[in-house]
Amino acid sequence: MPTFWLVVLLLALSALGFAMGRRRALASAGGNPRNLHSLPNYYGANVAMSTAVPALAILAIWLLVQPIVIENRVSALIPETSIPENTSLSLVMSDVRRLAEGLDEAVNQSFLTQKQSFALDSATSDIRSDLGAVGVALGSEVRPEVLEAAQSYRQLSSSGATLMTVVAVLSALVGFFLAYRNSDKEFRARNVVERGVMALLVLAASLAILTTVGIVLSMFFETMNFFGLHNWRDFFFGTTWAPNFRGDSELSILPLLWGTLYISAIALMVAVPVGLFAAIYLSEYAGSTVRAFAKPLLEILAGIPTIVYGLFALLTVGPLLLKLFGQGENGVFGLTWMSGATSVLTAGVVMGIMLIPFVSSLSDDIINAVPQALRDGSLGLGATKSETVRQVVLPAALPGIVGAILLAASRAIGETMIVVMGAGAIAKFSGNPFESMTTITTRIVSQLTGDTDFASPETLVAFALGLSLFVLTLGLNVLALYIVRKYREQYD
Amino acid sequence: MNTMNVMDRTLETKTTKIAARDVNVYYGDTHAIKDVNVKIEANTVTAFIGPSGCGKSTFLRCLNRMNDTIDICRVTGDILLDGEDIYDKRVDPVQLRAKVGMVFQKPNPFPKSIFDNVSYGPRIHGLARNKAELEEIVEKSLRRAAIWEEVKDRLDAPGTGLSGGQQQRLCIARAIATEPEVLLMDEPCSALDPIATAQVEELIDELRASYSVVIVTHSMQQAARVSQKTAFFHLGNLVEFGPTGQIFTNPEDPRTESYITGRIG
Ligand SMILES: Nc1ncnc2c1ncn2[C@@H]1O[C@H](COP(=O)(O)OP(=O)(O)O)[C@@H](O)[C@H]1O
Ligand SMILES: [Mg+2]
Repeated sequence: MPTFWLVVLLLALSALGFAMGRRRALASAGGNPRNLHSLPNYYGANVAMSTAVPALAILAIWLLVQPIVIENRVSALIPETSIPENTSLSLVMSDVRRLAEGLDEAVNQSFLTQKQSFALDSATSDIRSDLGAVGVALGSEVRPEVLEAAQSYRQLSSSGATLMTVVAVLSALVGFFLAYRNSDKEFRARNVVERGVMALLVLAASLAILTTVGIVLSMFFETMNFFGLHNWRDFFFGTTWAPNFRGDSELSILPLLWGTLYISAIALMVAVPVGLFAAIYLSEYAGSTVRAFAKPLLEILAGIPTIVYGLFALLTVGPLLLKLFGQGENGVFGLTWMSGATSVLTAGVVMGIMLIPFVSSLSDDIINAVPQALRDGSLGLGATKSETVRQVVLPAALPGIVGAILLAASRAIGETMIVVMGAGAIAKFSGNPFESMTTITTRIVSQLTGDTDFASPETLVAFALGLSLFVLTLGLNVLALYIVRKYREQYD
Repeated sequence: MNTMNVMDRTLETKTTKIAARDVNVYYGDTHAIKDVNVKIEANTVTAFIGPSGCGKSTFLRCLNRMNDTIDICRVTGDILLDGEDIYDKRVDPVQLRAKVGMVFQKPNPFPKSIFDNVSYGPRIHGLARNKAELEEIVEKSLRRAAIWEEVKDRLDAPGTGLSGGQQQRLCIARAIATEPEVLLMDEPCSALDPIATAQVEELIDELRASYSVVIVTHSMQQAARVSQKTAFFHLGNLVEFGPTGQIFTNPEDPRTESYITGRIG
């Protein structure tokens, strides 16, 4: 039975359980809900829960574990000697899986009967062209040991699936009957459901944490692989980023880190003053009508996808800067500082524009949190509005604003699209903002999307870069949150 | 409490510092102050009493145009300070507030050092020509606010680190450092314990020598202890205004009497 229908069956069973559990509980109280310990729906929910939850849990675990078990059993069938010179066990296994899926597909499309499909012989029939006819393309001729492995793979999968169906349905039925039998007026169904709800919430919370841990761990292991293939000293302390495919790449993070920090710094130089001043205007000067439309308008900026900002950099800001600072005779100022539209400045300015709403809406919240009493105190002494802002409001809000700036910095460091389209792809140390440069994020993309072998250091370096980036932004975020929280305590 | 000396207090006539004529205040459609006429004298402590929401704070804030900071607030009528209308177009509200200082209900020291809190006003208004003069002003103000002895060794410590009573006296020092002519106080003791309250009250009595003080208070005893004139507000009206002794012993209006004897509040 396909898993989809199995799930539908389990859900139907639990819906039935809900209705029956509710009925039985009511009946045990003589039809009067007041004599029940809990509301009738709780009894229903209890039965539904006991039916569905264990069965679905078994299903989920089974679906995760079965492929791993089968993979191990089948790969043990493939003799060391039958693995061709230039490939590996995992490549052979992927052939096996593909063949097995192809045969199942052929049976599904009634091209072969179940019986025929198991009776195939690689010597007598041309399996490759047969499967081609049902739309499954195989990479090479089928070798006998691969066919044998594929057949046992199918065998194991299908018996595993049958067993899973049986076990899941059985557990659903057991849960159903146990809970149904319990549904009488003394049973504290409400408390059981309460615990169920809590379990659900805990599950959600731990999933979020576990995925984070999973992501970090997977990056960590790939990074370890990378450091197995490439000297860590070169990665952290080298000065050149020059991947090539001859095996003597220089893969140092420093030029990329420089590009990242340089572009981010320019972005912050644009975003912080503009965003902060906008926030001050909105929170201290603007009337309620201006505020009512200006604030949402500013926040729309935050909703624009970064790829659109990238286009803006590529098509508008880059050429504009080029016209101002480059093109010699044809330029506005007759300068030759800039030779192409992609530059640190282009990416930095556009990224700064992207960050303006981020900085302004965070600072606005923080400035609004400064107690009105402080403003009154200053105004009451005969200070003007701007004196009050400069000498009382901003100093009071400063820690929070610093936190907001750090959060903005960590967004700038993680930004990719704008850099791809605005900054170019040259990794180098240079202080000239009119030159092309590149960042950690864009190099991760280009190292992973190339056509290279996945096990080469040129590809694996992406994980080391990713992990470094993660540590960097995590550090910034923790620092920012620490500062913001410390500041919150001041007024609560 | 000791209402006896209130009655014995001699009341000499003094010059009028602030005169309000037919003042009305609206918050949007709410009519918060209705046709108030009052004369506040120099070198006098004037108390505003009345049930909460009757408009005491609103009226007090009209006297230094702090209501300007509230968008929906509208003031009509005349308020004259030394005979000049403070709502006149030519008057700069910022300059006015330097002359009419204010102390708020909740102590609100700035998150700065004690020294910077007190020197804030003098710095803004350029009252000191050099550091030494500034230090002198700060010390004088802190002494007058009766807090110098407690803080003289920690002028660099943050003002927010003081106790509530100390903070309020710091705010008073901050207000008098600007050398105002009138000091407005909106329930300055409501966040303080009895000891701190007594200190502030004593201070108010001393301040009378150089300023005219207007104090909003919820405590009848406090009004009786510190003020020479009392104004009773009710639902936005100024019901009765006169010498404190008379208001407390022989009120003319039945509403005043009910309030003072605790029947409305
Ligand atoms: N900022 C404001 N906006 C709107 N209405 C206000 C505002 N401040 C005070 N009011 C109203 O004005 C009236 C007088 O308030 P207030 O002067 O604070 O009274 P009191 O200080 O005597 O307790 C009240 O009805 C109050 O609701
Ligand atoms: Mg009030």
